[in-house]
Amino acid sequence: MNTAEETQILDAIGKWLERDVRPKARELEKKDEYPEQMVEQMKAFGLFGATIPQEYGGLGLSSATYAKIVAQISEVWMSLTGIFNSHLIMAAAVARYGTRAQKEKFLPRFASGEVRGGLALTEPDCGTDLQAIRTRAVKQGGHYVVNGTKTWISNGIKGSCFALLVKTDPEAKPRHKGMTMFLAEKGPGFRVSKKLEKLGYKGIDSAELIFEDFRIPAENLVGGEEGKGFHHAIGGLELGRINVAARGVGVANAALKDAVAYSQVRKTFGKPICEHQAIQLKLGEMATRCEAARLLVENAARAYDAGERCDMEAGMAKYFASEAALENSIEAVRIHGGYGYSTEFNVERYYRDAPLMCIGEGTNEMQRIIIARQLIARNPA
Amino acid sequence: MKALVAVKRVIDYNVKVRVKADGTGVETANVKMSMNPFDEIAVEEAVRLKEAGVVTEIVAVSAGVQACQETLRTALAIGADRAILVETDAELQPLAVAKLLKALCEKESPQLVILGKQAIDDDANQTGQMLAALLGWPQATFASKVKVEDGKATVTREVDGGLETIALKLPAVVTTDLRLNEPRYVTLPNIMKAKKKSLENLKPDALGVDVKPRLATLKVVEPPKRKAGVKVPDAKALVEKLRNEAKVI
Repeated sequence: MNTAEETQILDAIGKWLERDVRPKARELEKKDEYPEQMVEQMKAFGLFGATIPQEYGGLGLSSATYAKIVAQISEVWMSLTGIFNSHLIMAAAVARYGTRAQKEKFLPRFASGEVRGGLALTEPDCGTDLQAIRTRAVKQGGHYVVNGTKTWISNGIKGSCFALLVKTDPEAKPRHKGMTMFLAEKGPGFRVSKKLEKLGYKGIDSAELIFEDFRIPAENLVGGEEGKGFHHAIGGLELGRINVAARGVGVANAALKDAVAYSQVRKTFGKPICEHQAIQLKLGEMATRCEAARLLVENAARAYDAGERCDMEAGMAKYFASEAALENSIEAVRIHGGYGYSTEFNVERYYRDAPLMCIGEGTNEMQRIIIARQLIARNPA
Repeated sequence: MKALVAVKRVIDYNVKVRVKADGTGVETANVKMSMNPFDEIAVEEAVRLKEAGVVTEIVAVSAGVQACQETLRTALAIGADRAILVETDAELQPLAVAKLLKALCEKESPQLVILGKQAIDDDANQTGQMLAALLGWPQATFASKVKVEDGKATVTREVDGGLETIALKLPAVVTTDLRLNEPRYVTLPNIMKAKKKSLENLKPDALGVDVKPRLATLKVVEPPKRKAGVKVPDAKALVEKLRNEAKVI
């Protein structure tokens, strides 16, 4: 894809954001209402197939272009990106590791948005320590019978298909060799137990899912081989982290833009507050964070698109960009003063949304450990 | 029936335009460019006529620098079938564009030419009218409704006194006003499909048109800055000021 096409894509999405998303985002967010109409528009835009290969009906965009789309949408309403991000990570697992039959069966339906969903990895008592999951799948003839609970599942209520990580051999040593991924389509034995209430990231359904003697056809085992699930899940996390980092870039930019605009119209002591050094120091730091975060995301996406190992780069981008979002949003609140604390302005939303990116898709504490481990591995003594 | 739609690459409507320091024009370097919004309405109208089964082929045309290809790709993504760029680095004025469009009409023989009523850069509002005159075709400018059937177009126009509806024999030239339609979003799959559509590149010489500017720009300046307003305590004070200071009532 050349720059002109990428610009055309970003322009098209930008028009939609300004015309249909920005005017409605605050109200939907306040009501924690699922943006049905925007989801239909995102379907028409092809966003549910953004990174799915063209041969399966997707757009086949590079992760670099995709990350720019995610940042651009997050700058207006971050929650929207959750509706297709997790969905595309599920699709990426099928595209990378699925059998030919699985790709043909699932990817075109994922690309059109007819079937939407996401990843189902986290459990009530385990997230970061993924190998400790307890959801179990036992083979019975041509099916696997699944029992367990998954939580914090994006699109859990509105979605219908999930990349479900389970244990097929709980005794395996090392533990990851007993883990397997399935494509689980909702049916008897698969229910949503509750919608999770959150600080921010409103509008999107994050849910707890319960599996009780839920039967999955053996043909839905990703790649057709047990014991590879951990590898499949981790493979998707690199892309997932680039996406979350891009969301951070978007929120950090939004906070900066709102702060710059407000500081030029708000006056104290006879001049706009942007002319006071106290505010200028904040704006200078905020703008630098935005630029650095953007470049880190671009670098990680470039490595991912080139097929290079990029857990360190994706970890750096995710860590830095999400912290940039958090720092910029609190600074934007401070620059707005009392209005920053009011729900009449968007900056309080950025401040509530930003921590998600610091925690989700691998905590920032974990990211620093990943960065350090890779740093040591790439520089042997 | 073939429709020809002219599109112009202009500075994006969201950009705050700056005058060049030497006063020779406005800054265009590193400035976001996009399709003239009135031309987007023109493309949309042609696509709607095609979807209604009236038009069978839409040819999008543009004139200007090589980057106008991007504008044409957008027209193709909205739904035009193919595109022609008359490439030139020369400064193009309305008469030169009208002459190029006339040559393209002679080459393509469309029954309907749709253009934006004006471009948001120079706001000239001349090209459609000049084209109709050069071709000797009827014209309907400032269209807010277009209906085509039985070899004629019925066009509702936005005029000073309200709305005027006129009938034109085809072939004809129509220029679009803001309320004609709301252009659809360009979707990502259609952007990808547009890459495969034909985009022909011509030079003005090949059409036998001399595009040399006839008008010289003497100087470009910023409009004078508006003075800050004053607040009045009540209606009485406002009337007093309007009568005695502004002297408008």
